[in-house]
Amino acid sequence: MNHFFQKQRYLIDFTLASLKRRPGKNLSLLLVYTMIVFLLASVMLFTHALRTEAGIILQDSPEIILQKMQAGRHALIPAAYLEKIGHIRGVVSKHGRLWGYFYDPAVKSNYTLMVPSERKLKNNEIVIGATIAKTRGLGTGDILAFRSADGRPFSFRVKDILSTESELVSADLILLNESTYRNFFNIQEGYYTDLALSVRNPNELRKIAEKLVVKLPDTRPILREEILRTYDAIFNWRQGIVFVLLSGAVLAFVIFAWDKASGLSAEERKEIGVLKAIGWETSDVLRMKFWEGSIISLSAFLLGYLAAYTHVFYASAALFEPILKGWAVLYPDFHPLPFVDGLQVATLFFFTVFPYTVATIIPIWRAAITDPDTVMR
Amino acid sequence: MRKSSIFFLYSGVLFLLLALSALDAGIRGDAQAHRLSLMSQQVSELELTDLSLFTEARYTRHLSQADLHSAFQDHPIAFEHFPSGSLVTPPQTQ
Amino acid sequence: MNSAIHNIQLEQVKKAFNQGQDNEFWAIRGIDLTIQLHSATVLKGPSGSGKTTLLSMIGCLSRPTSGRISLGEKRLSGLPERFMTSIRQSTFGFIFQQFNLIDGLTVLENIMLPAYPLGLDFAELEQSARQLLHQFGLANKASSKVEWLSGGEKQRCAICRALINDPEILIADEPTANLDSKLSEEFMQMIDGLKSTGKTILLTSHDPLVYESPIIDRVIGIRDGLLED
Repeated sequence: MNHFFQKQRYLIDFTLASLKRRPGKNLSLLLVYTMIVFLLASVMLFTHALRTEAGIILQDSPEIILQKMQAGRHALIPAAYLEKIGHIRGVVSKHGRLWGYFYDPAVKSNYTLMVPSERKLKNNEIVIGATIAKTRGLGTGDILAFRSADGRPFSFRVKDILSTESELVSADLILLNESTYRNFFNIQEGYYTDLALSVRNPNELRKIAEKLVVKLPDTRPILREEILRTYDAIFNWRQGIVFVLLSGAVLAFVIFAWDKASGLSAEERKEIGVLKAIGWETSDVLRMKFWEGSIISLSAFLLGYLAAYTHVFYASAALFEPILKGWAVLYPDFHPLPFVDGLQVATLFFFTVFPYTVATIIPIWRAAITDPDTVMR
Repeated sequence: MRKSSIFFLYSGVLFLLLALSALDAGIRGDAQAHRLSLMSQQVSELELTDLSLFTEARYTRHLSQADLHSAFQDHPIAFEHFPSGSLVTPPQTQ
Repeated sequence: MNSAIHNIQLEQVKKAFNQGQDNEFWAIRGIDLTIQLHSATVLKGPSGSGKTTLLSMIGCLSRPTSGRISLGEKRLSGLPERFMTSIRQSTFGFIFQQFNLIDGLTVLENIMLPAYPLGLDFAELEQSARQLLHQFGLANKASSKVEWLSGGEKQRCAICRALINDPEILIADEPTANLDSKLSEEFMQMIDGLKSTGKTILLTSHDPLVYESPIIDRVIGIRDGLLED
């Protein structure tokens, strides 16, 4: 066994000396390879972490949201629908929600205005999200002035700012009381944006949703599981988008690696002949090439993955911010929590190391089994 | 020092860092539990349904509330005004 | 039959290239030969005579198309590749006409290369290599890259590499082709020294300095793939 390890060490010695002969070429190959692993791993780590976080946070979103549809659009829902729902077994409570959007031309951003069911606010008092505070430079006690859709000026006083730690869910929120909301948006009493229902047993959601549609055919129920599925699918989609972008890069790399591995130069062919002539077996030559492929791909994987981990969890995926932000003015300052899926990492490892190692060995096969006497010529 | 020795050392360091990253994920995950519970609390209190991640357009802001089949609703699949619109889909019901 | 143990035997050895094709070429046309061990033999002939082909077959670098080559009782021809390599490793040491040292590696690394697959203890192997370098006056060049060596130094490096596994038989193809007369003389002296330690030397050459040297025990003429009388 010791003999076997010693022999592998010698082969590694030779492989490294061989790689050192063309440092520029091999280092750039390693660099490109590492960068691709870095990108793939960053996307993988980021989306998984965000998906996991969303899955945890949104577990507490309302069980059922009931929207009214009119002429195919989401319309305000009459308060009378609360009575029409009547008593459905399993529904613990039901109430109307008020929320809407306001476009602030001053900073070209959209705010989400909400009436919180549990906070008590005075008229024209608001609580704002931390990102709004940062973007507009607001502190507690400051005034925020808007013009409503019908041109009336409104002045709101900032009572409180939501925690920066919850920016991921509250970046663009403005909380205000019901009467201010209705006044600002000109929404009369007796109408809500939608209804929120609390259900005791989550397994009964579908059944209850069916009953609701029967009772109120012009409504559309949205279940909590759909909310969670939305965020699971979305980040997959993003992953897909980024992977589509990356596939071009990966394809280029595959071509590069294959070209390197498959085209044996006359020099390399001769070298293999020399090695065989001085006593190396075919298997020794192949093992040496295996080490060459493994050393480069393993290095690329480890360096790329570690860089990706640092990028996503210590630099908050700074490189992805422009993509995710798009044209948004309000982008939450958040730091993904390190949730790592071992299976994904293992898959990445497999796809990084295996194909390249194989690509390095296979083309050598033919040269490795030829008689070395060509060397004499 | 033999080249293979240098290589083993270098690989060893990298594998160690890899192991440390796994450890780090575990430790930091636990330490951040407070932040997660704060957000969960806010979601519950304010009855939130979406992350405020895509604030650039109204139809991307509340993704889970958007409707797949509505016509004339500025809809991600209908046409993309905003970058986020080309990246996200409305909720999948099944 | 005692003499059979002490020689290399060739029986009706033939070698063809591109057999069965339009450009079929018979490099060796049927050679019967006995080469004594522990002696220095030269295969002499003009270029194209087939001497290099014959040498490569004896040294297990290629296979004869037909015929038999044996080393005492041991058969050398017609073996599977693994066995041929194993015999090459343990029995033969090669010095190529172009030296064929591997650029980018140091002198020491080049010399140790043939022993790598054997998985020996590194310290011992390095020690043997350094001893050889010292013996051939290259001790101070151990860490130099081979491409920086002079012609004579490369020659000596090639000899050291051929000797690292302590082979019985040393084979050299046109060893003085790239050397001046002074270095050629030095080479022949080194050959003499190796012969006196019991090694068998087999050379090809068309250099009179080699085949007319008193160190050479036997000169075998080859022309057009056949032995000259």
